Amino acid sequence: MEQFLQQIINGISLGSIYALIALGYTMVYGIINLINFAHGDVYMIGAYIGYYCMTFLKLGFLPSLVIAMVICTLLGIAIEKIAYKPLRNSPRIAVLITAIGVSLFIEYATMFIVSANVRSYPQITEGLLAQSFKVGNITITAQQVIILVVTVILMVLLQFIVKKTRIGKAMRAVSLDKDAAELMGINVNTTISFTFALGSALAGAAGVLVGLYYSSINPFMGVMPGLKAFVAAVFGGIGIIPGAMVGGYCIGMVEVLVSGYGNSKFRDAVVFAILILILIVKPAGLFGKNTREKV
Amino acid sequence: MKKIFENDGLKKLILLILIFGIVQLLITTGIISPYLQETLVTLCINIILAVSLNLITGFTGQLSLGHAGFMSIGAYTCALITLNMPTTTGFILGVLAGAVTAALFGFLVGLPTLRLKGDYLAIATLGMAEIIKVIFINLDSITNGAAGLNNIPQFVTWPWMFLFTAGTILIITNLLNSSHGRACISIREDEIASEAMGINTTKYKVAAFTIGAFFAGIAGALYASNFYFIEPNQFGFLKSIDVLVIVVFGGMGSISGSVIAATALAVISTLLQSFSEVRMILYAVLLVIIMIFRPQGLMGSKELSLSVLGRLGNSDSKKGRV
Repeated sequence: MEQFLQQIINGISLGSIYALIALGYTMVYGIINLINFAHGDVYMIGAYIGYYCMTFLKLGFLPSLVIAMVICTLLGIAIEKIAYKPLRNSPRIAVLITAIGVSLFIEYATMFIVSANVRSYPQITEGLLAQSFKVGNITITAQQVIILVVTVILMVLLQFIVKKTRIGKAMRAVSLDKDAAELMGINVNTTISFTFALGSALAGAAGVLVGLYYSSINPFMGVMPGLKAFVAAVFGGIGIIPGAMVGGYCIGMVEVLVSGYGNSKFRDAVVFAILILILIVKPAGLFGKNTREKV
Repeated sequence: MKKIFENDGLKKLILLILIFGIVQLLITTGIISPYLQETLVTLCINIILAVSLNLITGFTGQLSLGHAGFMSIGAYTCALITLNMPTTTGFILGVLAGAVTAALFGFLVGLPTLRLKGDYLAIATLGMAEIIKVIFINLDSITNGAAGLNNIPQFVTWPWMFLFTAGTILIITNLLNSSHGRACISIREDEIASEAMGINTTKYKVAAFTIGAFFAGIAGALYASNFYFIEPNQFGFLKSIDVLVIVVFGGMGSISGSVIAATALAVISTLLQSFSEVRMILYAVLLVIIMIFRPQGLMGSKELSLSVLGRLGNSDSKKGRV
């Protein structure tokens, strides 16, 4: 039982990171129907920015997190403006290939600049972040608490932006019907850029958090978590923000439990098997509504 | 003499023999170096993969991101057979067994997943390929796990390579010109409409997927019999993407486009060999630029047919197929 609770706590940490990445996927997919393969690489860039802020600029955790989020936001907007905007009316497969191209570009450009070596985040040995708490026999590290707290704050903030602000309303309108939104005077291009900005900021935050938690980063670290976060988004129902959060936590939990009780080598296979099952049983995802195709 | 050249089938045969003969001559005279021969093998394998994926994605309209999974099944089946039976018979048996096993998997995977559409299908096939990869990594006793299989006997020579590549192209082109192929294309154009016209869409989608997997299995088997060594990670997500890039770059729904794109990418890759550090960066930039300026690919859905060549000398010959 204690071991199980410990696994659950580890699962929540991992799930938070997947949820943060999945939110970006789900928002971008909701608004322009694109699997943004470059999203996992924005997360990787976030991890590197955090690394450089902490090791070379000797900044603390919070300033590093904010800087990483800001730079990732800019990167996300740049990717959208340069690579995806010219393809707004192209076949979807062309945009998909472009996304893959952008993803490869970010990975190999990063590898070229910082080399393929695995970097280690500085170990925090003193202060609040180095502590861990014991509840019975369960250990909760301060890092796990921070991951959860940061994730929850960002999610509440996101919900607030999407539900209560003008730009959030515009986002929802564009994802519902792009043409109608444009006729109502909404600037569709700005709204799409803003969606990329929000998603990328969350991915950047996830990058710093994962660097802190697992402490090793490399230029290709974004590929697998990117795919799994997409699985999480599909799991919860793509385009639905609470769905991505729940999906992220579920996938994180499954992965930790499979590693803990089964064979850790099979955890990727189990995640993808769940994906295929979900898609076959309920293709619209956990929170999705089935839509009928009209002729 | 003119009569002979008006026969399309004969023209194709002559062209094929010419290509085969010229390359064989260049290999015997040593103009094509051993290094270029390796590139040639990779090119042929990529053509087989791209043409078979084009059948699934370009012609039937079912986006698949798991082609490398079928390739790995073909590669492992063939490798395991030739390791136990290192003769030419074993090689032929291996290639066939690899193709049939891959086709069987294609059928089993396609049956449930092809109900999905568009991006959902893409992500399901991607997941399927990842699962196949993980299974190969974990079947230690048979596949030697992540370390891969070593010392696979080499059988692939230019004649074999040519036979399989030309065979794949001919079979798939003929299939697409049959009523079955037309049914596949109608599914791509409008699935609901084609169903209303009485086409069993599930049957044709699964058939296209199975046939595509069959040829991907052949490509994998040839890969294993040429490069001595296979490991599960060679057949990951990136390999599937590579093939899809060739298909989209050449034009979805154009067999000749796939062949041209595979050749063009092989040439680019060879030219960039000396800049190995920035090779992938340039490749990625090229990919984005091509998609921005020519989203329909090099050929669109047109074919470069022999009648185009014929038209050079004869103005009222048949138009190229659309």
